[in-house]
Amino acid sequence: MKIKLNINQQIKNFEIEPGDFLLDVLRDAGYMSLRRGCDNTSCGVCTVLLDNRPVPSCSLLALKAQNHQITTVEGIQEEADKLGRYFGDEGADQCGYCNPSMALCVYALKLENKDAKEEDIKKYLVGNLCRCTGYVAQHKAIKRYLGDAS
Amino acid sequence: MNIKTYTAVDSFDEAYRLLKKSKKNKILGGGAWLKLSIKEVDHLISLEKLSLDQIQVNKDYLEIGALASLRDIEINKDILSLDGGILSQAISNIMGITIRNLATIGGSVMGRFSFSDILPALMVMDVELVFHHHKIVDLKTFLSSRDYLLDVLKYIRIKKQDRRSFFKKVSNTPLDFSIINMAITKGDRFNIAIGSQPGLVMLLEETMGFLNKQVKITDQIIEEACDIAIKESNLGNNIRASKAYRETLVRTYLKRGIKQVTS
Repeated sequence: MKIKLNINQQIKNFEIEPGDFLLDVLRDAGYMSLRRGCDNTSCGVCTVLLDNRPVPSCSLLALKAQNHQITTVEGIQEEADKLGRYFGDEGADQCGYCNPSMALCVYALKLENKDAKEEDIKKYLVGNLCRCTGYVAQHKAIKRYLGDAS
Repeated sequence: MNIKTYTAVDSFDEAYRLLKKSKKNKILGGGAWLKLSIKEVDHLISLEKLSLDQIQVNKDYLEIGALASLRDIEINKDILSLDGGILSQAISNIMGITIRNLATIGGSVMGRFSFSDILPALMVMDVELVFHHHKIVDLKTFLSSRDYLLDVLKYIRIKKQDRRSFFKKVSNTPLDFSIINMAITKGDRFNIAIGSQPGLVMLLEETMGFLNKQVKITDQIIEEACDIAIKESNLGNNIRASKAYRETLVRTYLKRGIKQVTS
């Protein structure tokens, strides 16, 4: 079946099966910043924003994403670059596999809560697994980024 | 995943008619557990055009649309004021925000998942389910029969009350399913539910009856209530925990819960 998806403010046409998940559809279309991890909503690396809210694309049927604004990290490149510099400063960046989903979640948090405290950051990022850093440096970087942005 | 046909229906009648046509026809909730629970669907029915994602506040109750996301419910100010915010608290313990943005209350209720953290909280609140065909059904009746699974859930109604409450989820890791979960509310009477036993949630009727007839809740009474709770519940073994461990958890958290709602 044919569907239209609004990805990073561009309307794109897709030919899909009803059971196709958004992760597969977007990766097949070249959006490689979406990573495949657990494939069952546990790890967070496949996160996209749906109307500015983070969701796991591995378990979202592509059909359900119609009529919504989908944002991948390519759509928030400037903000992701800024956050990346804070990650670098704090030594919070190792393999980078989880970085796109982290950036999207931090961006969504910034939109939702202009005055996010450390505890809010921790709660918001539950489910974004990172197997390199142990999270402390990331939380420091995100706190500084959000603080400077506000 | 094999889905043959997908329809976003225009009416509840259309959804109900399609659902009744075949056991392989399913209604789509948030879809969070779709991949893990269903391999093949003949006709997937979406209710997205029926405005079921809203939370309405009425004089005596809140009405939550079946497609309201768990995250919307978790942060809703009116829901935070119901029974000490027990429902918000139960939801906030479920995995991460990404999954709570995807999962819906309707999917959580109709899925009747034994690991559900939401069902114990709803069980100790005053909850009615509004179906297209069966109309209004209380939650306990819904959970005791499979008759309602081929109906279209429209709303979850929660009576406005602000009783003291307690909720506890125990899991091996924060992202894992519960080993046990427990919810208590206390106004004039105790309401106590446990889930992930590992079976489906249940109200501890005998324990509630015992506590409700007491004039004063003493440490001795609480110990006796724990004995009754362990006896009447269906605690068992599964991959996550043993029956003996679950008994210890029930005793520990029932004590804390009763003390919290009576202090």
